[in-house]
Amino acid sequence: MYGKGIIKGMGVTLKHFVQTYVEDIKWFGRRYYKPEGIAHRSSKDAKGIFTVQYPEEKLPMPEEFRFIPFLIYDVLEDGTHKDRCTSCGICVKVCPPQCIWIEQTTNPDTGRPVPEPVEFYIDIDICMNCGYCAEYCPFDAIKMDHDYELASYERQFDHIFNKERLSKPAEYYATVRPVNNQLEEAVRAEKAAKKAEREAAKAAKAAEKDAGGESDNGS
Amino acid sequence: MTEAAPVVQSVLETRFPGVVTPDERKGYEGYIVTKEKLVELATALRDEMGYDFLSSVTAVDYLSEEETNLEVVYHLYKSTGGGSLVLSVQLPRDNPVVDSLVSVYPGADFQEREAYDLMGIRFDKHPDLRRILMWEGFEGHPLRKDWKEAYHNEDTKPFSNRWPDGQIFRSEDKNPYGKNNIYPVGFDPTKWEATEESLLYAGLGKAVGEKGNIETDYLVVNMGPQHPSTHGVFRMAVVLDGETIIALKPVVGYLHRNHEKIGERNTYLHNMPFTDRLDYISSLSNNFGYALAVEKLMGKKGAPSERAEYIRVIMAELTRISNHVWAIGFLLNDLGAFFTPALYAIEERELILDIFEATTGSRMMCNYFRFGGVARDFPEGVLQKIRDLVFERLPRKIDDIDAYLTDNEIVLTRTQGVGILTPEDAIAYSATGPMLRASGVPYDIRRADPYGIYDRFDFDVAVRYHGDCYDRFIIRLDEIRQSIRILEQALDQIPEGSVISGSNPYQVRVPAGESYGRVEGPKGELGFYIVSNGKPHPWRYHVRAPSFINLTAMEKMCIGQKIADVVVILGSIDIVLGETDR
Amino acid sequence: MSEENKLEGLNKPEYEITPEMRSNIAITTLDRIYNLGRRYSVWPLMFGLACCGIEFICTAASRYDIARFGMEVMRPSPRQADLMIISGTVTKKMLPQIVRLFNQMPEPKYVMAMGACASGGGPFKEGYNVVSGIDKYLPVDVYVPGCPPTPQALLHGLMKLQEKIDGESYFKRFRERKENIEAIPIPILGPDIIDPRDYEIIKNPSKSKVAA
Repeated sequence: MYGKGIIKGMGVTLKHFVQTYVEDIKWFGRRYYKPEGIAHRSSKDAKGIFTVQYPEEKLPMPEEFRFIPFLIYDVLEDGTHKDRCTSCGICVKVCPPQCIWIEQTTNPDTGRPVPEPVEFYIDIDICMNCGYCAEYCPFDAIKMDHDYELASYERQFDHIFNKERLSKPAEYYATVRPVNNQLEEAVRAEKAAKKAEREAAKAAKAAEKDAGGESDNGS
Repeated sequence: MTEAAPVVQSVLETRFPGVVTPDERKGYEGYIVTKEKLVELATALRDEMGYDFLSSVTAVDYLSEEETNLEVVYHLYKSTGGGSLVLSVQLPRDNPVVDSLVSVYPGADFQEREAYDLMGIRFDKHPDLRRILMWEGFEGHPLRKDWKEAYHNEDTKPFSNRWPDGQIFRSEDKNPYGKNNIYPVGFDPTKWEATEESLLYAGLGKAVGEKGNIETDYLVVNMGPQHPSTHGVFRMAVVLDGETIIALKPVVGYLHRNHEKIGERNTYLHNMPFTDRLDYISSLSNNFGYALAVEKLMGKKGAPSERAEYIRVIMAELTRISNHVWAIGFLLNDLGAFFTPALYAIEERELILDIFEATTGSRMMCNYFRFGGVARDFPEGVLQKIRDLVFERLPRKIDDIDAYLTDNEIVLTRTQGVGILTPEDAIAYSATGPMLRASGVPYDIRRADPYGIYDRFDFDVAVRYHGDCYDRFIIRLDEIRQSIRILEQALDQIPEGSVISGSNPYQVRVPAGESYGRVEGPKGELGFYIVSNGKPHPWRYHVRAPSFINLTAMEKMCIGQKIADVVVILGSIDIVLGETDR
Repeated sequence: MSEENKLEGLNKPEYEITPEMRSNIAITTLDRIYNLGRRYSVWPLMFGLACCGIEFICTAASRYDIARFGMEVMRPSPRQADLMIISGTVTKKMLPQIVRLFNQMPEPKYVMAMGACASGGGPFKEGYNVVSGIDKYLPVDVYVPGCPPTPQALLHGLMKLQEKIDGESYFKRFRERKENIEAIPIPILGPDIIDPRDYEIIKNPSKSKVAA
């Protein structure tokens, strides 16, 4: 019969339409604006309405999600900030579109590089969010952020992020990427322990040697 | 290279003495051909030895202190399967002319135009040798090694002004025009006459009078580059007699983003995220092709770990599914079923993208493959999510789409018998992927020339035999089903272990040589041709883009059809402009 | 947003309205009520350039559903569009067409640069065929960073645009634009892209301030 295929197709759309209401009743009151509702609507059982009502509801960011990079600093016991970045320049070398600029300085007394960047710029109009800088940073100093709500009216000044704009505390990192953070903490603790051991052996007479805590300077 | 290679070599050397010599440079496996006998040789290869499929034509600029040659490289395959035969022709730099192969392999058409455009190699007897990616009148041939662009910073990355001085600047601040522009010395813009359009219309022939006036009995219609059905910035100049198409020229290049020039400045690792942006709907397939090409050069050191091989297959097949549902949805969009089929298709795609986002970090630009493996393992719970999709949801939903669309009388009338491509034409025009298989040629690289671990899986090569738009639509459903089959096996067999062999360094060592890595991408054969000279940057980086080469057959398919069908035919080819224009 | 909130948002603070009337009455300026209509009916031009265009389509599709903002009416014709979303890399070859499309859009019109490429050239900035930011040619209202911005980031950008529309006086804008309403000169494809406004510098590059 001519038209059978069309009717069959319309049956599919009708099913989809009805399912929305069936699901609404089944999930009475929990389908919208609730984390479990959003999770259900993005699971294999999603039926009917599929829309996530941004900005009222937001899709949860998976841990690996990457947007613009940011720099991590540790807050020391005395309240001062210590950059994890040592300005080694590996992120600059791996950056495919070359959007990172790092200014390194040397200590005038010793002539050796200071393990902290004077300035750190990322031109986010060039950045391709590839995540290489975070992946290859040996000090876990640069990581990819989850904050995607960055729209602005201006770019000449706003879109070159400087060190101040890029820096975020280590606690922030622990909240956006808890699993990765734990793994990295464990590796760092192990490294620090080994380093402490080595140094203790090397300088046995020094009773208290600073193990370096979390901030491995990678000297 | 293949088991047949010695046979071919002996035949070639006896039939064409002095014409064909094996390429003896380290890392090269092809043959060097003298340019005078190229067409004769190609005809013999096609007709007598079964090398009927010209996969890729490209050029390499070997500019160095000792050498100034340009070289045209041809990759030939048999449509019955097997490895490649690489031919190269060396040309002098000051007068690079070689006979066109369009008469033997019509599929060489666009690729030769590209080589002309970007490398300045002239192909004698080419029917329509115009620039293709850039416009007529553009100064210079950008892929030549001595050509420098306006924002030229340094020959290779990393640029030294990024670190340790960090003198930040925007490139435009250093350019005299404040823009990404450069002009020849003494150029006077007021005297400039643009020739791009007039040459295009001259190429169309029939409709245009002697002085470029359009005659009245034919109508020239330009579709695109801003047109809702061209899937991006694609343009077709169509000559109509009433509503019937009598000539058609695709105009591409509106998204030419200079992948190859940038790729030759990048290190090998840098190129990986750039490949994401080729066919941006199926980035993981692009990653796969590029990783294969580089790993081939790296030899044993580049061999991926066992778990990584499985993850690669899983990701590539998920990509294929997400690409095909998207293609089906938008083909229906082009047919006039505005958005409902696409919305249903996008639902499934979004669920797959969720998996990509959770694993790789990004929905579209995954940048997930590394040389010797993949970047990271599946996070907790993701493998279960994939299993849920593959074993439960996708089969059900694909059946839904099937029930929804395949018997629909409107779809049938609009697509059956429209845009027919015969198997002979499909091979001659170097069509690949679903387009080739819908014409009845069971050629799938996963089977014909297996890469990765595809030889371990049990699946069928989907084939349809009419070669019309309906078959090109339905074959995508078939392929999704086969992909689900592969995924089911891969998910059952995936072993534990490391996801990368080696330490994932940021600077990989690639020995000198050439390699051509190709994968069966969702759109067709995606090939990466890489020439390495042992430095951290590829000397030549060429992408054999399936969407680009599939378009070669567009005119053939459209002539004689109605103007309304062009949209459907284009939709059924499933092009992505990022890849077409690169 | 409930009906009540909408009205309260519309009410200008200068006017005192008794609490019981607040959900029924709002005293406002014509601009604001006009803007309320405008902000919920921004019609984008149906036009995708590159990768970001795909995210733009996704934003319009099932999961993010741009229709909730009254923006689902995508017009393929610039004559009927209010908003041009530059969704992807702007190449020199495409630039004349983009400028022409912009010129054909009726006032008031808005331009959104979606993604790194449209804002400033993006990862392809060094390429010879890439325009480093559409703002070199068109006035851009909102920049959405990201490569590509996720659909949610794009929606955030659209909300920013709505905020901008809210703050505008339509009549003032119209008056201003009417006085100097000039089509942007369409770039020409020469040996490189030629902006007709730059003729002088091209003829004599030493005149530019950068080279000096």
